[in-house]
Amino acid sequence: MTILTQEQTKHICDRVLSFSKADECIVTVSGSRNGNIRFARNQVSTAGLADDTNIAVTVAFGKRQGTATINEFDDKSLEKVVRRAEDLARLAPENPEFMPAVGKQDYKASQTFNAKTAAIDPEFRAQTAAYAIEACKKNKLVAAGFFTDGTNFSSVANSNGVYGHQDQTSLDFTCTVRTEDGRGSGWVKRSASDANKFDAREAADVAIEKALRSVDAKALEPGRYTVILEPAATSELLGYMLFGFDARQTDEGRSFLSKKGGASRLGDKLFDQQVNIWADPWNPDVPVLPWDTENLIARKRMDLIKDGKVNALNYSQYWAKKKGVQATATPGNIIMAGTDKSTAALIANTKKGVLVTRTWYIRMVDPQSVLLTGLTRDGTFYIENGKIKYPIKNFRFNESPVTMLNNIEEIGKPVVIGGDEVPFQMLIPPMKVRDFNFTSLSDAV
Amino acid sequence: MERRTFLKIGAGTAGAMLVPVFGNAIAAEEMLTSMPVAAKKALADTALNAATKAGASYCDVRIGRYLNQYIITRDLNVENVTNTESAGVGVRVLCNGAYGFAATNDLTPDGIAGAARQAVAIAKANARLQSEPVRLAPVKGVGEVAWATPIVKDWRTVPIKDKAELLIAANKAGMDAGASFMQSMLFQVQQQKYFASTDGSYIDQDIQRLWAPFSATAVDKASGKFRSRNGLSAPVGMGYEYLDARPEHKIKAAGGVATLYTKSYDIIEDARAAGRDAKRKLTAKSVTPGKYDLMLSPEHLYLTIHESVGHPTELDRVLGYEANYAGTSFATLDKWESKKFNYGSPHVNIVADKTTPGSLGNVGYDDEGVKTKRWDLIKDGILVSYQATRDQAHIIGKEESDGCSYADSWSNVQFQRMPNVSLQAGKKKLTPDEMVKDIKKGIYIVGEGSFSIDQQRYNFQFGGQLFYEIKDGKIGQMLEDVAYQSNTQDFWNACTAVCDERDWRMGGSFFDGKGQPPQISIVSHGSSTTRFNGINVINTARKIG
Repeated sequence: MTILTQEQTKHICDRVLSFSKADECIVTVSGSRNGNIRFARNQVSTAGLADDTNIAVTVAFGKRQGTATINEFDDKSLEKVVRRAEDLARLAPENPEFMPAVGKQDYKASQTFNAKTAAIDPEFRAQTAAYAIEACKKNKLVAAGFFTDGTNFSSVANSNGVYGHQDQTSLDFTCTVRTEDGRGSGWVKRSASDANKFDAREAADVAIEKALRSVDAKALEPGRYTVILEPAATSELLGYMLFGFDARQTDEGRSFLSKKGGASRLGDKLFDQQVNIWADPWNPDVPVLPWDTENLIARKRMDLIKDGKVNALNYSQYWAKKKGVQATATPGNIIMAGTDKSTAALIANTKKGVLVTRTWYIRMVDPQSVLLTGLTRDGTFYIENGKIKYPIKNFRFNESPVTMLNNIEEIGKPVVIGGDEVPFQMLIPPMKVRDFNFTSLSDAV
Repeated sequence: MERRTFLKIGAGTAGAMLVPVFGNAIAAEEMLTSMPVAAKKALADTALNAATKAGASYCDVRIGRYLNQYIITRDLNVENVTNTESAGVGVRVLCNGAYGFAATNDLTPDGIAGAARQAVAIAKANARLQSEPVRLAPVKGVGEVAWATPIVKDWRTVPIKDKAELLIAANKAGMDAGASFMQSMLFQVQQQKYFASTDGSYIDQDIQRLWAPFSATAVDKASGKFRSRNGLSAPVGMGYEYLDARPEHKIKAAGGVATLYTKSYDIIEDARAAGRDAKRKLTAKSVTPGKYDLMLSPEHLYLTIHESVGHPTELDRVLGYEANYAGTSFATLDKWESKKFNYGSPHVNIVADKTTPGSLGNVGYDDEGVKTKRWDLIKDGILVSYQATRDQAHIIGKEESDGCSYADSWSNVQFQRMPNVSLQAGKKKLTPDEMVKDIKKGIYIVGEGSFSIDQQRYNFQFGGQLFYEIKDGKIGQMLEDVAYQSNTQDFWNACTAVCDERDWRMGGSFFDGKGQPPQISIVSHGSSTTRFNGINVINTARKIG
């Protein structure tokens, strides 16, 4: 990959801005290198490396806007991409909700880059897969998994003097271990921006243990149970709920945070007192860019739920202006407060309950109540008198995360979980929740 | 599973810095150009030669140029118009019994040869961990051939202004009829795909697809309630002619509760109906949970077919290649080997088919250069086959691939994806209105809603867009808060009637997700209105706070 330095991207941004004849101009220069290895049936199935670099230019004439991109960096190409964006802007219809580019922002750097992660090579990836495959072979188990790592840079600038540059790294590992007869399945996920915090052996061992313990699952009647939800089991549920924190949707009456008569639930105590959820680009475990990539507004710590109360909503530039408030940057991460208690400690404090490793295929059933459906998968166990008693068959649930966060009994220590279908880096604790609503049984292993 | 890419596109429309999905933004006039076939052949030969010289026993090359146009509107505003392009080459090789893959957007001879050599190097590295060599079913080279989606009107030639005005008119119709908010979009795709392989094939394909989804939302601020109704169109493998509505392509749903569409679509009429339906939903009767006979319209049933038949009969899932992500399958090899596994009742005949004109999966050749075909998956209720690619065919005793290989871009490796999977029409004459007459306690469901199924494609729950009570042979009032739960085998064995071919039509998905890194695919599913007896219906209404 062409790794561009801050000096180089600054030069490109300045050149692009100098070529623009539009009322305003916004430029993004970005590049990424993503490596991966995939394995199944105890052997590698695919492995690859993908590079990409890009310049995106958005210009506006009045309320008409155009965007064009290019992946060449010489002066002639930079001028060409500006002209192309200008041509599109002249053809585009006026957008009545057009908002001008933001003024100068203060981007306080976050620690999104780690040299060890950036140095990950094919050998590292192969070794990660090999740990899982070899350990599974030894235990007469079957491994399937995926490891991916990425290094990228991003620079943003606009004609109002905005400029930001930052490098980022990330890694993500998932592994499913199944017994040869298909009667047991365990899973693990690990995400990090710092490869020093990733231990492939530890991760594979978790999936192996779950697979071995999950054989011969018994059927439990569907119903409401006290559950211990590992972080991967709640991360997507929380993500779905947080989509509803949009101020415009709330004010328009189509969010679960809308109230009868047209008001919003901002300030209402909608969750258990223990619930605190916020976004913070500088969190060392889940650092994200200090700007919102859509509107270039500087991110700040944003407390969405404070002591169980709805504390803040997301305001787009257009809606903020209409309502006379400050526009917000969209959060890049989600952090939920926890304690020092391990998942094991939560289990030890439970008389009767269900331990859920992960949830799967979650979909919105009713946006009015954020009712979600989905299933448990790859390690569901019955707990009795503080111990895992036996594996149980998977359940389908129909539950709202709002209800779930109202029924919290105990919270554990947060861990890093990368988003799958929700676009957040997350730091989420395991939770003990009463009356979680399982509506049917699944025979799937 | 259907991924949430669509939502991400929708959510990202307001900002000035919208980063186009699937490629780079380009000017409209550039969309009509394409690389000469002779130039593609020369580049492909460069890759084939470089790979062979580096030690590959097999090589295929896919030179792709993917063009998309998205138009996104909200109420009476156009929020975004984006043209995107992505072009490059993907080279897949076999060396020492293992696969290698590399891709580059550097379309120079040096760039392509470099990718081919890199693919061979990756294959050699992977071969060390390979316990069983990859075995490809034979494919006879077809020489230089071409295939194109049969279209009447190329969306690239229709002025953006006309398209935007159509969407705005639809939004206005919906709002005039009762919707508080409307959002409509137009997704248009053209894929220029060139495939070449060491088998001696040089296949040039031009593929076009189109989808015009919308959502109408009605809000009652006094009660704090809101409800939505989505459009009833299908995404199609057709040109812009799909949006030139013709009267002969409109049919009435049972009891006249909705207008439905076959080969063309009246978006303004449907938006008007959606505005009215969304408002009605605010006061519809909440369903009483229990067992009902379900009468499922093709606009709804396509998604149930997709999830409960399309995915579990994917051979890579059956074998465990998707175990870490999309999952495995309950339809294991022993069930197929028994030749008597009752997947469904004798009414259930399900075919795989990549040749149906107008369908999303319709191509001349798959991404391994295999000519497409039609075959049975479930015959008279019995599981008889799976969907296989070249490297899987031998596992189920097939001598040729089913032509099920697909990659969503030049930069991703091709792998097994479902073809169009459809329920065949009933053999006895039966219309939806006649079907209603025999149902004592039932629900008629039209349009897709929420959907969720377990990782082995067994336990599922589906919602819908429109629900109508059926009582003593008549369609009654509108219902709300309906979802049905079942497991795949019980559900298909509860199938007691299928309307005849006069009612057969397709639905489809633009964003079916699978694989790691995840790739999306496109697929259509056809059926006639179908009856399922004694299915468990739950009430999904909840109160929070």
